Amino acid sequence: MVHGEAWTIKEFFTYPNEYIYWTIQIVMYPFMTGLVAGAFVLSSLYHVFGVKQLKGIARFSLVFSFALLPVAMLPLLMHLQQPLRGIEVMMTPHFTSAIAAFGIVFSTYGMIVASELWFVFRKHFVETALALKRVEGRTALQQGQYVLFSVLTLGAWDVSHEALEADERAVKKLAAAGIPVACFLHGYAGFIFGSVKANALWMTPLMPVIFICSAVVSGIALCILTYILTMEIRKQLARRHRLAHPELPSMEELKSAEAHVVAMTSRYLLMFMVAAITLELLDLIFRGYTAVKSWDILRSVIYERDFVNIFVIQYGLGNLVPFVLFMIPGLTIRRAAVGTMLVLVGVFMMRWNVVIGGQAFSSSFSGFMHYVLPIWPDSMETLKEGFFGAMIVAVVPFCIFYVLNKVMPVFKETH
Amino acid sequence: MISRRSFCKKSLLIAGGLAIPLSCLELFDPKRLLAEKDQKGPRWVFLVDTRKCVGCGFCVKGCKVENEVPYDANVTRTWVERYVVTNDGKTHIDSPKGARDGFPNKGIDIGHGKLEEIKDDDIDKAFFVPKLCNQCDNPPCVQVCPVGATYQTADGVVLVDRSWCIGCGYCIMGCPYGVRFFHPVFHVAEKCNFCYHRITKGMQTACVDSCAFGARRVGNLRDPEDPVTKVIMTERVNVLKEEYGTKPQVFYLGLSKEVK
Ligand code: SF4
Ligand code: SF4
Repeated sequence: MVHGEAWTIKEFFTYPNEYIYWTIQIVMYPFMTGLVAGAFVLSSLYHVFGVKQLKGIARFSLVFSFALLPVAMLPLLMHLQQPLRGIEVMMTPHFTSAIAAFGIVFSTYGMIVASELWFVFRKHFVETALALKRVEGRTALQQGQYVLFSVLTLGAWDVSHEALEADERAVKKLAAAGIPVACFLHGYAGFIFGSVKANALWMTPLMPVIFICSAVVSGIALCILTYILTMEIRKQLARRHRLAHPELPSMEELKSAEAHVVAMTSRYLLMFMVAAITLELLDLIFRGYTAVKSWDILRSVIYERDFVNIFVIQYGLGNLVPFVLFMIPGLTIRRAAVGTMLVLVGVFMMRWNVVIGGQAFSSSFSGFMHYVLPIWPDSMETLKEGFFGAMIVAVVPFCIFYVLNKVMPVFKETH
Repeated sequence: MISRRSFCKKSLLIAGGLAIPLSCLELFDPKRLLAEKDQKGPRWVFLVDTRKCVGCGFCVKGCKVENEVPYDANVTRTWVERYVVTNDGKTHIDSPKGARDGFPNKGIDIGHGKLEEIKDDDIDKAFFVPKLCNQCDNPPCVQVCPVGATYQTADGVVLVDRSWCIGCGYCIMGCPYGVRFFHPVFHVAEKCNFCYHRITKGMQTACVDSCAFGARRVGNLRDPEDPVTKVIMTERVNVLKEEYGTKPQVFYLGLSKEVK
């Protein structure tokens, strides 16, 4: 069986070599990079623009963005037919290709986030290392931790007031530099699609901008959602631990902090949502109005074959419903959780409709292809590019976040 | 002791400084400059006479055997399309298995294993159109390949380096003609290369050799005496999907507006 045949159903005339070559992994790829970029922009709102109310979530989203970063590459890698050669994109980049330039932007961005994290958590590293140093007769685990934290300080042990102020300034600068790079990172993902002139649905200069806006939306939504979830867990823990450790924040304190942060952040979420939807609708209206040669087949894909995916799930369930949920006054945590979940579904469906919808019609403009997502894998290929492959990609960032949180506790006050 | 700040500054400077001479290596590759200037070699082109094609599919068979594309795999480097225009103004197109076995059925293949029967009286016109890689002068597949595994030779043929392709599929998406696919055995991008191993030795391509009706011909555009060049220069030839700006180098005689 040739690549793509397992999940493609053809109807009417398509060229013999045409299959759905870009599958769910390529849907996951802009979705994950979008989350990275969005989470970073959210954290920068506090670090650069000094939106004080977002302090609680800023550090959280920064670490989360870092946890998501390696996962942005994962779907690409899983999708490659020659995954072992994937590194060649970095080693022998071919600069006329959007994917090649992406590798460079990606690593630049990774370095920015890493250094920003270092400045944010340097004090914590130093303090932990010093505390461990004082411990007599360290266990093997403690010794390991001691070495780890000492290495993480990179030899900068100075935690005087001036040094910390300098750190703070560095964070600000890095966060400012990071915003354009994060937008570029994701704009580039949009450019990868928008520059494919052979594809009538993708070919629009709006694609990068549309991608950036919805990326910010999805990043913020995911941060809110994960924030709510982790706070829930902390509340439960607090209830249990409070008897032994009265210095821990009480349930009520945690609850009000949470409600405040969520309400504040969802206001920014709404703002970016409006921008994203406006652009998408503009694109749709423009295509219909100009109605070039490809519009006939695009219309039948958008209004007939993909109607449920686009208008019911993406716009209805993923945009309209959460919009209403957030607009009703007196936002509760539960409502925010449902709303952000729906927003994530909406953004995912937007990626799906672009990537899969873009391949739903033949470049002969006379036939259609349907993508049948492989659920139960019967080969390596259907495993990698099917439901389970996508699940792996979705779960990994949370595992990384869990580990990172051990080293860089996002909830601990450091400065 | 060197301070951290100056260490950072200096290492950035050194890295930046190193990057400049390194990039020159790429900019002044003498072999490439020579290849770009070298206009003396051939420029391979293809000529398809759709009026002569009978849809037997021998070319598709010949190509599969010659180029080791698995015979039963549903992908092919070249294929033949059948067009049936009915008097209600509709165009019916199909290419079952790329026409490897010709067109054994009168009905049009509409996918899902179904055939659409068309009455002889309803048919206005019907014809066959062979397709293959256009070896574009401005090939988007070369432009988008992130590692340079797809490249264009000085004689105009676009090739894929099987040892270098990472299998991302970007070129497949970038080609407006749908000629590219993944090779089922090598798992890298694959397409027609005008039988490069044959034409560079003065032979014909496998499909040209298999065509009993003279519908396919390969030629050298830089040779004014070449019979193919003469046809292209003096007759009314057409190319496919010119609007994409790819400058295709497969020329068609007798192309109809229905051809996609
Ligand atoms: S026809 Fe397609 S594969 Fe061939 S050179 Fe042109 S763009 Fe590339
Ligand atoms: S599939 Fe291979 S030849 Fe095609 S763009 Fe990717 S790396 Fe290049």
